[in-house]
Parts: sequence; C-alpha cells; structure tokens
Amino acid sequence: MATTAAAPIQRPKGTRIRRATQPYLYLLPAFIVMGIITFYPLVFQVWMSFTDFGPKNFRVNNPIAPTFVGLDNYYRIATSQLQIPNFEFLRLVFFNLWWAFSNVVLHVVIGVLVAVLLNTKGLMFRGFYRALFILPVVIPSLIVATVWRNMFDTDAGAVNFLIQGVGGLFGLPAETPGFHLNWLRQTNDPIPFIPLPLAYFAMLIANTWLGWPLNAVVATGALQSIPGELYEAAEMDGASGRQKFQHITVTYLRPAMVPYAIYGFVITFNLFFLPYFMTGGQPFGRTEILVTQAYRLAVDRQLLGVAAAFAVYLFFLLLAVTLVTNRLAKATKSYAE
Amino acid sequence: MAAITDSRRFAFLRRSSAKTKAAGSDERKLPVGRQILLQVLCIFIAVTVLFPIVWIFSMSIDPRNIARPDALNLIPPGASFDAYAKVLNRPTSNDISFLGLAKNSLLIALSSSAIAVALGVTAAYAFSRLRFRGRGALMIAVLGVLMLPGVATLVPLFVFLNQFKIEFGDLSFNLRASLIGVTLAVISGQLPFAIWNLKGYLDTIPKDLEEAATVDGASKNQVFLKIILPLAIPAVAVTGFLGFLGGWTEYLTTYYFIGANPQNWTLAIALNSMVGDFARTTTWSEFAAFAIVFALPVSLVFFFFQRYLVGGLAVGGVKG
Repeated sequence: MATTAAAPIQRPKGTRIRRATQPYLYLLPAFIVMGIITFYPLVFQVWMSFTDFGPKNFRVNNPIAPTFVGLDNYYRIATSQLQIPNFEFLRLVFFNLWWAFSNVVLHVVIGVLVAVLLNTKGLMFRGFYRALFILPVVIPSLIVATVWRNMFDTDAGAVNFLIQGVGGLFGLPAETPGFHLNWLRQTNDPIPFIPLPLAYFAMLIANTWLGWPLNAVVATGALQSIPGELYEAAEMDGASGRQKFQHITVTYLRPAMVPYAIYGFVITFNLFFLPYFMTGGQPFGRTEILVTQAYRLAVDRQLLGVAAAFAVYLFFLLLAVTLVTNRLAKATKSYAE
Repeated sequence: MAAITDSRRFAFLRRSSAKTKAAGSDERKLPVGRQILLQVLCIFIAVTVLFPIVWIFSMSIDPRNIARPDALNLIPPGASFDAYAKVLNRPTSNDISFLGLAKNSLLIALSSSAIAVALGVTAAYAFSRLRFRGRGALMIAVLGVLMLPGVATLVPLFVFLNQFKIEFGDLSFNLRASLIGVTLAVISGQLPFAIWNLKGYLDTIPKDLEEAATVDGASKNQVFLKIILPLAIPAVAVTGFLGFLGGWTEYLTTYYFIGANPQNWTLAIALNSMVGDFARTTTWSEFAAFAIVFALPVSLVFFFFQRYLVGGLAVGGVKG
C-alpha cells in the first residue's frame, strides 16, 4: 500500500494530464463500437416503438417516412389487440415467468441431489460419472433443441418408442392409449385443472436434461468446501442423516446456489432455442415466450414498430425480474449468514 | 422403538458410516449393498444423459436411408456412414456444400469473437485497474446491455445496418444483407460479455507485480502490455472460445438478415431447415449426421477444456 501512495510523488508533473485521460483512451475503442451498434440502436428502438414502422419505410425504391402513432403500439400489445392469432400478452408473461421458475426449481434440486450422490466417499467410478454428466453442457443448445424436437415426434420419435418399449416389458401392446403421444401439438391439457399443454412438459423434460448438469457442477464446488469436522461434530451430537443434510449441507450450499439459481432464472426466462426450435410455440402459441414472440413479430409479421415496443416491454420486465431476484438474494444471504 | 429396530437391521450401514466419518476425507470402501444401490442410481442417470446422444448417433449410421426411424436401434442393421457423405457433399436442397456453410459460420464466429475480445480486454483493464470519473455509470451501462437478450436489439440493428450500401470495387452490397452485417450484430451481443468476463478475471490477478513495476518506473501502458496481457491470456482464450461458440451456432440474426440468400447460409440455418415441417425431403439419418458433424468440433474442445470454460458460462456465456 505504501508503494502505491509514494509512486505518484516521484512522477514528473507533465504526465498528469495524460494520466487523467488515459483510462478513457482504454475504454474508447470498446465504447465507440458499443455506441454505434448497441446504444444507438437501443435509443433508435424507443423512437421506433412510437411509430408504425414497417417494411414500407426502408424499401429501396420510394421509401416513405413512418407515421407517429404515440403509445398505440404499447396499448395494443398490453390489451392483446394485435392482428395476430393466439396473441395474449398477460398469458405470455405469466407463462414465461412460470416456465423460468419451474425449470430453475427442477434444475437446482436435481443438480444438488446428483452432486451429493457423486460426493459420497468411496463411490466407484466417480470421475467417470462426473465426466459423463457434463455432456449436455458441451453440446450447443441449438442442436439440443432440434434433436429433442425429433425425439418428441409422434410417429418416429425416440420418446414414444421408449414408452412403447417399457410398456412392452409389462405386456402392453404398442397401441395402448398414451403410448402414441402427440407431444408437441396435442391441444387438450394432459393434467385437468392445470392449464399447461403437453408441449410444455416436453420442453420441461428437454430443458431439464440440459440444465441440471451445470447446477451439479456448481453444487459440487460448494460441497467440497464444507469442512468434514462439521459432520463429525453433528454425528457426536447424535444428528440423523436428514438433520445433517438439512442443517449442514443445505446451509453451506445456499450461498453458492442462490446466485446461480437467479442467473439460471434469467437465462431460462430468455431461452430462445427451446420454444423456437422444439415446439415453435405450438399448440396455439401457448408455449411461446417473450423472446420468441418478439422475434416472430419482427421476422414473420414484419411489424417492426410493434416489435420495438415489445422489446421495450421486455426490457422493463427483465429489469423488474432482476431487481426482485436481487432483493430475494440479499434477503436469503442475510438469512444464511 | 423404530429407531432401535432400524439401527439393528441396518447395523452394517451405521457402523461403516461412522467409520467413514471418523476417517475424515480418506477414501473408504462403501458397504457392498449401498455401493450397488448408488451405482444403479448413477447408471440410471447416465442412461438418461446418454439416451439422446446415442439415439442421434445410431440414427446417423442407419443405412436404410428411411425417411423416419421405426424403432429404437443401438446399431441399425448394416450400419454405414453414407449419410455423412451425403451431408458433407450437399446437406440442403440448395447448391452449397457443408464446407461452404461451415466457411460462413466460421467467418462470423472467428471475426466476431476476435474483435469482441480485443476491444473487451482494454476496456476490462480500465474497469479493473484504473480509477476515473464515471466508472460506476459506465459499468452499469455494460451490465445493463449484458442482461438484454439478443432479440432486444435485433429490430433497430436491422433498420440501422440496412441504410448502408457498400461500394468496394466491383462489389456492391447492402451491409445488413451481408455476413459483415451479421458479424457486427453478433459483436454487439458479445462485447459486453467479453468486457465483463475479462474484468472478472483481471480482478483476480494480484497487484504486487504491477506495483513493483510501477516503482521501477513502468507506465500504465507498459504494465498493461508487459504484465497484465500475458497473464490474461488464459481468460482471453476462454472468452474467445465462448464467443466463438455463440457465433458458430448463431441463428436469430443470421436468419433474419440473410436468410433469403442460400449462398450466405450458415450451419445453424441449414440445420433448422432439416428439422420438422421444413424437412419433407431430408431423411433423419442426414439430419443426425449433420447435427453430429456440426456439434463435434466445438463439443470436443468444450469437453476437454471444461474446467476453464464452465466458470465463464456462469457469467452469461452464450446469448440466445
């Protein structure tokens, strides 16, 4: 510390201005580029969201200026009055929140349980299993999504073949109802009173396959930092296995898992690949999430003004999600410590 | 009462588990019964993990070239690599080979990750080591953009890049409808992540070395070039690879900007054209072979360097 304080005094005075501007010179290249291709487009997007921007406004021959429509785009989105089939804004938001929440809960629980399992002392082939279980993480998610889409195919998908195969072990013929599921398109809900289509469960299965291994890696890191003496002390006090898990394992895992769960929530909330490539929003747009809907508004429908307003909504929703989850993280942190 | 019978029935469990704890971190043998139980559990999980991977592989070597598989076969009768030859030659109905598609993907992935890392590392150095006015606000700006999904800047970037018509010798093209335009959009997504991830790494480099160099009269530029940059090479490689991965499988921007011109197609767009409703003419063997050839190079690198890469993923590696 003393050396840093002494260093500036030894410097000649001429370097002072250079030293003051130097940090900005280091930032300049990155911020010029971000200014042009990130910040400017974001501001431009807000302006676009108040207009009826569409393909006619940037065609090569005879482009015309977009018309200012005020808050009309925002109003029509919020009240679901877009001329698009199956568009219901509130349903979309709630489905998106539930999609992220249900995934994160499953991923964290399975990840922690597998990490605890693989942390068992004396378990054979631990290194082999650890290497094997990382496989879903290393495959690009685009490919995972397209492969699972084929796996859930009604007539030729591996999942239905598997169900029929397992059923065959119990002597059930392949024609048994429920052995030939239309996973991605079935319109009536599989569980009465729960308004979630079968395609949601297909997506949940695929994303759980994809999501738990990284949670297991994080949990393993946290588990290995728990001092072994704690378990010995608990043992001496006569704690049961469940008590040890509850009071030692969970307590030590919480500080590592909570930030990671929040990160997972935001990632899953914005997970484009699965809904877009697996279900394509089927049936009736009910597995669409905000990012895929935004993409469709722009790319399929060419409603650029509406898509811009939609992106602004998305920004504020994400901001709210981030603020709420950060607050939750702080609350659990003070509880854990 | 229950506790007593339990402990009597599972006496062998209790005794050995007490011993395990007493021995601390020593590797001890689990009792056989428990070992078998846990192995069964592990094998079950392994089967669920491997199921899609094995399925896609066995489909890719199915020689019958049937449009759809008709059963679960580990190794289909008369397995062959014909589907691989087909997709390497001409994967889609368009006149472009696998290498042509891979060249476009590679161009986007390499140039975007290289530029993002080069710009990111200087900014990361400023954020990590230099004190200046507005530092907090600028960092929040970077973090705010990092939080946004790729789709949030897609529409304005399309309109913005569409204004530029590039005239270069004989070449004349619209910037938006070119691979360069796509690369610019991909950089826009990668740069905030590169800054953030590299800053996180630079923060962990101890300051002693720099302080010693400063006492010896080294300037900030010398410190950056001679000390920080060499030490940051592993993090630069990791950030670069994660960016490469994002560019290699980029779909949203590429399809929107240049989907109309098959000569500019990338592997990601071709893959999607081989699935589901679009793929009436593609057999599943070809789809499977294509997916494997597409994933294998990046998956192998990822698998062998996972120790270094998983940490970067937890900061928000690949934008969807």
